[in-house]
Amino acid sequence: MSDKTTITLTVNGVPRTIACVPRKTLADALREDCRLTGTHVGCEHGVCGACTVMVNGAPVRSCLMFAVQAEGAEVRTVEGLAPEGGLSVLQQAFIDHHALQCGFCTPGFLMLITGALQKDPDMSDEELTEVLSSNLCRCTGYRNIVRAALAAAPAIRASVRETAA
Amino acid sequence: MTQSNAPLVGQSVPRREDRALVSGKGRFLDDIASPGGLHAAFLRSPYAHARIGTADLEEVRAMPGVVAVYTARDLAALLPGGQRLVTGLPSSSIAFALDRPILPEHETVYVGEALAMVVAETRAEAEDAAEMIDLDLDPLEPVADLENAARHDAPKAHAHLPHNRLARFGFSYGDIAAAFDGAPHVMSRRFRIDRGGAHSMEGRGVLAAPDAMTGRLSVWSSTQTPHALKRHICTLLARDDAEVEVTAPDLGGAFGPKLVTYPEEIAVAAAAQALGRPVRWVEDRREHFLAACQEREQLWTVEMALEADGRIRGLRGTLLHDHGAWTARGLNVPYASGMMLPLMYEVPAYDLDIIVTVTNKTPVTPVRGAGQPQATYVMERLLDAGARACGIDRAEIRRRNLVTPDRMPCERPLKLRSGEPVILDSGDYPRTQATALEGIGWHGFEDRRREARARGKRLGLGLANYVEGTGRGPYETVTIRVARDGRIKVNTGAAAMGQGVGTALAQIVAEHLGRDPSTIDLTLGDTREPYGFGGFNSRQTVVAGASADAAARVVRRKVLQVAAHLLQMPEENLDIAADLVIVAGSNSGEGLSLAEIAAASEGLPGYRLPGIDTPGLQATERVLIEGMAFANGCLAAEVEVDEATGAVHVARLFLAHDCGRMVNPQMVDGQILGGLAHGLGNALYEKMCFDDQAQPLTASLADYLLVTSAEMPVIEIAHTESPSPLNALGVKGVGESGVIPTAAAIASAVEHALEDLGIEISEAPISVQALHAAIRAARPGGPE
Repeated sequence: MSDKTTITLTVNGVPRTIACVPRKTLADALREDCRLTGTHVGCEHGVCGACTVMVNGAPVRSCLMFAVQAEGAEVRTVEGLAPEGGLSVLQQAFIDHHALQCGFCTPGFLMLITGALQKDPDMSDEELTEVLSSNLCRCTGYRNIVRAALAAAPAIRASVRETAA
Repeated sequence: MTQSNAPLVGQSVPRREDRALVSGKGRFLDDIASPGGLHAAFLRSPYAHARIGTADLEEVRAMPGVVAVYTARDLAALLPGGQRLVTGLPSSSIAFALDRPILPEHETVYVGEALAMVVAETRAEAEDAAEMIDLDLDPLEPVADLENAARHDAPKAHAHLPHNRLARFGFSYGDIAAAFDGAPHVMSRRFRIDRGGAHSMEGRGVLAAPDAMTGRLSVWSSTQTPHALKRHICTLLARDDAEVEVTAPDLGGAFGPKLVTYPEEIAVAAAAQALGRPVRWVEDRREHFLAACQEREQLWTVEMALEADGRIRGLRGTLLHDHGAWTARGLNVPYASGMMLPLMYEVPAYDLDIIVTVTNKTPVTPVRGAGQPQATYVMERLLDAGARACGIDRAEIRRRNLVTPDRMPCERPLKLRSGEPVILDSGDYPRTQATALEGIGWHGFEDRRREARARGKRLGLGLANYVEGTGRGPYETVTIRVARDGRIKVNTGAAAMGQGVGTALAQIVAEHLGRDPSTIDLTLGDTREPYGFGGFNSRQTVVAGASADAAARVVRRKVLQVAAHLLQMPEENLDIAADLVIVAGSNSGEGLSLAEIAAASEGLPGYRLPGIDTPGLQATERVLIEGMAFANGCLAAEVEVDEATGAVHVARLFLAHDCGRMVNPQMVDGQILGGLAHGLGNALYEKMCFDDQAQPLTASLADYLLVTSAEMPVIEIAHTESPSPLNALGVKGVGESGVIPTAAAIASAVEHALEDLGIEISEAPISVQALHAAIRAARPGGPE
């Protein structure tokens, strides 16, 4: 179990080569080997979604994926949502709508929403609201998360379409 | 900077915590790097009750990465100050001490109890090794059932105990026999409320790092009470107060269980000190399910005597409370239940016998609500039953019994655990109920219900009144100092747990010191301050808020005194705007900076202080608050029950709420929404299931269901602000508000939806299976 495998992946646009044991999850590799601790581990059995990141443009639970499976992948984490010092429209919407309290689940929700709209910008507001039930939050009662997501969705959709065009 | 002259307290100021958190720059326990650090994992008991034999650790010690393995005996050498955590509050009603061992030596008493600790280079290696420990365990008969636990012939949860009845106490006033004698109506009921967890998204965790140069021990823990943890570490490790520093980093939620100090925190601190290297333990979700404290399981056998018109004559009965396997906090949860039951209604006679029972289950301490949701559930269920018996509306029976506003502040014939009388401090309970009824459309609902029924749908409305005891004293320390750079430094024992207490305190302080919260730097949960408590009982905005307000007033006075001296102007002509002292009303942008004033306030050798008689711009306050500030509310719920399946859909909640003066209304609503979601879980989904050997059956989030966004109904909240007379700000707490009435209001609504079937709800949560069975039993032929 201790033989390390070298893997190469791109995280937030930066190429990285890391060596980790085969059983290490992507979540742990991001946190420990890339020192990107914005991705949080809430349950380690794929239910809470706090560890959600984007892998090749789709939201993924990084506790359910081994790091070695991310060989060659493009990974995006909460740290890559906006340029250093800036905030994405969605991050700002979370602040404006009081969509977070303790903030532990927040990166997972941000990546879930961003990833879902990246994958399917034509998703309706109703579908997006449904997607939000994939992740757990114990502080907010979700209502403000839904509000923030719906407020930011038009801008995210527009940006995804623009990039695709 | 806030431009308007409206008070900062009362504005929905954006939270200072948010920017880092949405950027992935929060600093939670496991985000703290500890180069060269080690990782701990625990062997946990697979049995609810077993005798502990010997362990052969040689092979485990030789496993890859393993640095040390500790059983109770190994750890004892590292704990000169004792091997038990004395975390329970004192009570003369407790029959025997059940203080938790750091690791038990002879007997384990619940599934998940830590039995041995492995410290290794990586977490995975520590877990591998912990799994390989071959510890002899000889199973004993467990106490799995609360009802049986109190019986004299029950097995003992701890082999040495004479019985399982840890404590017996009660509440009693008025002539209870007379109240029941000849009462026109007597409602006799039994209620069961199940056990559940807190499930903050971040579990517990601790990191301890010894400093070889200074000999000091630095500890970071995801705790609500860093002061308590520091005290226990100093005691058990026999370290001086000055040699240990405890810091609570960002907390990923807490909701109660992070209130008490845990064995893991002590074991990790001891190992780090012994090994001379940082040691970290981060609880995983399974461990949280097994070993983080839980709450709520209670069995109530109660009777309410009523006049023909629905007025309450008396209330009596027995509360059987599940204490779990150890005393981790004491009797506070059942005490709160017993105190709450009759609190907001006129109950002339009351007699409750409370039996606190040890079981072979995870120890019980407060989980958001702390005994109050259960009492509210019982009282409100009895009132619904009473309304039916008297043939009056469910809202009307409540209106006839609620404490009225003309009686505020209203002393009740009950006592707080301090012995002080319980005084309802402020609020208009009947009006709060009226607001909720209007908001949900109580009057006129019958037409909607009939119309829906014609379409085959069963709608129901329910309601529940409640009070929330908040602001537990005696005090919280706040020190405010204007530093030499002009920044306002606020240090307090109050601890952040994700609720935004820092934002609230900054608002309160800024109100007096320049009205710009961005000039304030906060240190929360500061254990360099010797006196502090931390976060629990919805207390911090009340008690730390009171101290912050008082300290800010003192510092403001000193700032203006120094400025008046320097400017040769009368103090009353000056004001503070952001980091400047200005001529009051001036908008020239000119003034004397706080930095200059702070420097001057330190004094100069051989000169008098400038306009002040003690040096510096600093004040420490510990405002003593003896009474509790009681927030109140009324929750109305609309549900639809699927007669064919027993599924309950909560369509709408309307909460009329009063927590006194609100410091930050948006954060108040945030607290309420989160509490309502938790309450919805308690009403319908969250249940720790155990088999007859007290083995947990729901130890993952796939089995134990937390509410998701899909289950959240439409929610409306209406606020009234009845200031509390107990503190200068007039504030009350709100952290547990949403969770208290929810199960009661939803049960009321479900009963209403099934009224014609005569089904009464007497359990929380209401399971689909149980409701389906009840519907089938009431209607053997099945739905129409």
